[in-house]
Amino acid sequence: MDAQAMHIANGIVNGPVSAVFVVFAVAVLAICVWKARADLDDRLAPMAGLVAAFIFAVQMLNFQVLPGVSGHLLGGTLAVILVGPWVGALCVSTVLIVQCLLFADGGLTAIGLNITNMALLGTAAGYLLVAGLLRILPKTPGGLGATAFIASVVSVVVASQGFVLEYALGGTTDLSLPWISGTMAGTHVLIGIGEGLIAATTVATVARVRPDLVYALRRFRKPVVLEEVAA
Amino acid sequence: MNKSMSKSLNKSLNESTNKSVNKGMTKKLGWFLAGGLLVALLLAGVVSNFASSSPDGLDATAREGCTFDANGDITGGSCMAQREQGHQMKDSPLADYGIRGIHNSALSTGLAGVAGVLITFSIGAGGFWLVRRREQKAA
Repeated sequence: MDAQAMHIANGIVNGPVSAVFVVFAVAVLAICVWKARADLDDRLAPMAGLVAAFIFAVQMLNFQVLPGVSGHLLGGTLAVILVGPWVGALCVSTVLIVQCLLFADGGLTAIGLNITNMALLGTAAGYLLVAGLLRILPKTPGGLGATAFIASVVSVVVASQGFVLEYALGGTTDLSLPWISGTMAGTHVLIGIGEGLIAATTVATVARVRPDLVYALRRFRKPVVLEEVAA
Repeated sequence: MNKSMSKSLNKSLNESTNKSVNKGMTKKLGWFLAGGLLVALLLAGVVSNFASSSPDGLDATAREGCTFDANGDITGGSCMAQREQGHQMKDSPLADYGIRGIHNSALSTGLAGVAGVLITFSIGAGGFWLVRRREQKAA
């Protein structure tokens, strides 16, 4: 049985463009490590390890979106909500590197492309939406779930268009780009809905069980502690 | 109530509370981590066997335009997957989410999933622990 993942294989995008994206991904990941240090304390570090392991597990669960077409969660939005954007991008990258090196999933030559789409673009889009939506939506498990759902759908479509951009730069066939873009967007809206349901369930559950472990809620932490202490 | 005042008060209270109950919180984090890992292990070890084996969104798009034989080899047409090359790590003992040498596919997929979750957690938690911010000097 082959569990497939939505990772670019070797040879789909040409060597030079793949190499440029390896350099790009390494540079952005270095910035992520630098920025992530401010967030990573004794509690967030193991939590981030768990988020990476959880994303690995859920990426094995391909669900059917159309006859003959499946998809799986990418995890950027989920990671952003639970551990923040910088650590989140590193979590998804960790998963992609483990998958590439040990599970032969996603070409080694294409690792820069895959990291750029799923760990960087997907996470960045997820972060922008989460940051925006949490200004309007209630900071409750339900509100957080709705945020995760909407942000996931957009994030997955953005990640899929990252591939289209890379293919425009270094594609190895003469297929029509608008067609590739449209087909990718269409299937990835459906995959994003699946991802959204999984991400929403996950973050709403964590918000219910351990709201203190939800990075996205930290800024909005309610003055519960204050009231308890005062009483 | 003054918003900014309550915010800063709350912040400082949170900080002091975090410090004083730090031990208890760490212990509780341990239970959360254990529970989370258990869920991940079940998903990768058991539920993974019920995953769809259809080509995914990217793969399906890459295959569109070509015709395939029963082995999945391209027989004609024009599509992105035509130029696809083999994977450098195809000889890895965990390649394609199975454990080489185990022929029961459910067992092979499940064990590969369990190995993947444990490896990803170890590398992730270990790496993040190494680069974390340390504040011992303040204590």
